[in-house]
Amino acid sequence: MTELLLANGRVYDPKNGINGEIMDLPIRAGKIADRVSPRARKIDLRGRVVMPGGVDVHSHITGSKINAARIMRPEDVRRKIMPRTRLTRSATGLTVPNLYMIGYTYARMGYTTVMEGAVPALKARHTHEEMSAIPIIDKAAMILLGNNWLMMRYLADGEMELAREYASWFLEATKGYGIKIVNPGGTEAWGWGGNVEGIHDTVPHFDITPAEIVEGLQTINEELNLPTSVHLHPNGLGVPGNFATTLETLDLVKGRTPSTHRDQLLHIVHLQFHSYGGSSWRDFSSQADEVAKYLNSRDNITADAGAVVFGWSTTMTADGPFEHSLQSLTHNKWTNADVEAETGAGIVPHFYSRKNAVSAVQWCTGLELMLLARPEKIYLSTDNPNAGPFYRYPHVLRLLMDRKYRESLIERAHKVARRGILPSIDREYDLYEISMITRSQTAKALGMDDKGHLGEGADADVSVYDMEPGVKKGIERSLQNAFLVVKGGRIVVRDGDVTDTPSGRTLWTRCRPGKERDSMIDDLRDHFKYYSIQRANYAVAEEYVAGSTPNTPEVRD
Amino acid sequence: MKVLRDVTCPFCGCLCDDIRVTVEDGQLVEIHNGCALSQARFGEVKRDDNRHATPVIRIDGDSRPASYEEAMDHSIELLNQADHPLLYGWANTCCEAQKLGVELAEMLGASIDDTSSICHGPSTLGIQDTGYVSATLGTVKNRADFLIYWGCNPFHAHPRHISRYTVFPRGYFRGGREERKLVVVDPRRTTTSRIADLHLQPDLGGDFEVLNALRVMVNGGEVWGSEIAGIPAEELHQMAEEMKKAEFGALFFGLGLSMSRGRHRNVEAALQLVRDLNRHTKWIVMAMRGHYNVAGFNEVCAWETGYPFSVDFTRGYPRYNPGETSAVDLIRDHEVDAMMTVAADPVAHLPASVAREIRSMPTVAIDPFRTLTTEAADVVMPTQIAGIETPGTAYRMDGVPIELNQVVNPPEGLISDREVLTGLLERQRRLDLG
Repeated sequence: MTELLLANGRVYDPKNGINGEIMDLPIRAGKIADRVSPRARKIDLRGRVVMPGGVDVHSHITGSKINAARIMRPEDVRRKIMPRTRLTRSATGLTVPNLYMIGYTYARMGYTTVMEGAVPALKARHTHEEMSAIPIIDKAAMILLGNNWLMMRYLADGEMELAREYASWFLEATKGYGIKIVNPGGTEAWGWGGNVEGIHDTVPHFDITPAEIVEGLQTINEELNLPTSVHLHPNGLGVPGNFATTLETLDLVKGRTPSTHRDQLLHIVHLQFHSYGGSSWRDFSSQADEVAKYLNSRDNITADAGAVVFGWSTTMTADGPFEHSLQSLTHNKWTNADVEAETGAGIVPHFYSRKNAVSAVQWCTGLELMLLARPEKIYLSTDNPNAGPFYRYPHVLRLLMDRKYRESLIERAHKVARRGILPSIDREYDLYEISMITRSQTAKALGMDDKGHLGEGADADVSVYDMEPGVKKGIERSLQNAFLVVKGGRIVVRDGDVTDTPSGRTLWTRCRPGKERDSMIDDLRDHFKYYSIQRANYAVAEEYVAGSTPNTPEVRD
Repeated sequence: MKVLRDVTCPFCGCLCDDIRVTVEDGQLVEIHNGCALSQARFGEVKRDDNRHATPVIRIDGDSRPASYEEAMDHSIELLNQADHPLLYGWANTCCEAQKLGVELAEMLGASIDDTSSICHGPSTLGIQDTGYVSATLGTVKNRADFLIYWGCNPFHAHPRHISRYTVFPRGYFRGGREERKLVVVDPRRTTTSRIADLHLQPDLGGDFEVLNALRVMVNGGEVWGSEIAGIPAEELHQMAEEMKKAEFGALFFGLGLSMSRGRHRNVEAALQLVRDLNRHTKWIVMAMRGHYNVAGFNEVCAWETGYPFSVDFTRGYPRYNPGETSAVDLIRDHEVDAMMTVAADPVAHLPASVAREIRSMPTVAIDPFRTLTTEAADVVMPTQIAGIETPGTAYRMDGVPIELNQVVNPPEGLISDREVLTGLLERQRRLDLG
């Protein structure tokens, strides 16, 4: 049995209230143990910082969308290249990396678990083919249900039991982890080249509103007792003045309480893209202070930032109409991928220029949200690769931890950055808070009890950095190249280099069938005449997620 | 007698998954729902003259049967003796095999390319210029009221495409044939053009002109002349107006665009036209991918290397430059000095001069069937037929991944190409570790 003793490190484990104590971490059989035998391999971490392995709450890393982007963007693939070694495969790509670049880069930053943010069910098999090939890290996938025809019909008809049964079947069929909503109703409207206007607009042909979709799916999510809440990408992404729509959407679940020990009923993804003021691109502004204030005042909502990083990105989202408007603004190349009876997607490369007013406002908005909202409420993400590639996380963290550095970038950005509130914010994150927004809180929001902390019995996913509390020099480099990373009890990174490439696990959710399963299946049988594949060939077989065990929640009646 | 339902047909890019196969004692009796091509594909397992029973090694013109072990050892030797091997084919096998192929190419420092570089490769280049405004085939079935087939004849190449996905099926918002308009653009008169509401016959090589004229008209510009590549301008005007008025349009294009003069420029013009139409209404575009898993290779190659095809690993990392790193060019320019083909027949399908070149270099052929390529190869490793004798995954022309099935027992003694490639990889790994 492999045993490890990580000795004398300075530990930041917010879930267990450990704030910079010098401690020993015993590891046995892939888990954090209470103690190890004297034979255990001991690694002295004096003068170094120890945190749980990073847990990314929202990132687009696999599946049809990102692969279509790779195919469309050879110019991006050749921007970053690492040749193969005896141990590692060739790694390529800047904003749309190949699978090996994804696994190695996350691991080198000390991340060990990543949530894929949006999967179209019909192409879930593709996602699993890619996820199973990404080395080192554990993965899970949120499955798109917010524009699904059968779901919308059930919800419109008030058939809540059937809707719940469908959702539970759907997650198992796709080997998904949880329910994702993207631009509820809007992507369906995009099937005709349109969109919805606001949360009380009716979805064409479906007699339901975005608000009803969100409320319905959120209710089902809690009834099924799913490990994470609904993840919501609200209507109106990227539109000036959209913060009002965002707050209106969040009001929908006011006063409700979640079924489990997680806090939230809704997790809002990439909040930055939903926190704008103004009425056009001329008076486009940040409403981060309003939104952050609201977020801080609400118990049952969490969010990730979707912070913008200046430079190249590739925008990709199931929000088809948004990508259409983006390409008509920038005239960059545009890929669209509508998926029958379920959802859609669009992809447009994008450059966030520090000298561009809109980019600068977006950059400020992300940072303001993270600096004004509490670390219990908002977590690190760049909505990879939409607002920036995930490998720039250390850069964003440095901006949060180092006010002087932040000010130097504000100086270099378009003048609108100096007009907003960002220059007036003094706050600097400490290592405990960094550990919260990248580990303990994200794992909690995802309902991953064995992740994001270092208590006994937790997965032995640990990251160690060459850092000292209060020292700002070299933070970004240290966070980019962890001194040591342990994944499932195995050392995978040393001194910033990948030293071992085990395959990660895929986490998914299997619900128990309920009473209405048979009548739901009857409906499905009929519904599949609107698909181009047979019902029998829809579900992803367990072989595609080999080596993984599902999470089985108890249904609450 | 057993009836297997919802079987996937491993022949063309339609990847129909509603085939009914009757088997007895692991042998094929008959198939239902399949088109003529599908019948022929499954029918291959009933013949006994089209397969090798064991691997074959040919030295100095003498062929002899060999074991897989011997054949794999000899293959690895040939591939390692070469300065720059090429691994080619891949369109007629499953993604699982393709993935192993990419890994082997990387370990060997070889180039890898699939048949798309002589097929819809130019379409991919067009996509890399402008993007790809597309959708799944079911979306077309449910919504489309305007269909265009451009430079293709689905009745022959994708026989069920029209009946299953586009013109005839009943979808959520559309009844069937009478609720959809069908336009065929093709210089030839074809079986497809015969059922079209409108058949436009541009001059040979006139596609680029016609597509751009339509773009100008859709965008409200003026076109000079009364005739564009043989088509009356008035007729095009009317078509442009109707395209703008459609509720949901879909343009399917074939090799008539990607492999005629202008190639990726033709495709790009079609992609741009569809993009422009989205200012007015909803349109999508799709390439009529030929082999059943040629789209799958592009997917696998992209997630493994970042690039969709024509990848050169000679420098230890992937390089991509079709025209230089694509199969035909590598062979014609004498860049490669050994070749391994998997589930493809380049000697029959590549230009004659290139085929001659292939016959003059050491070759390893991995294929279920006897082909011109296997008959000229130094090592032949026969395999089970993916999707009939062994399962796997394939990607339909619209990117929907579908499982392939095993429906009959494979011939005694044959293994799958996945197993062959795994054996080759193990040998190469041992060699690398020295």
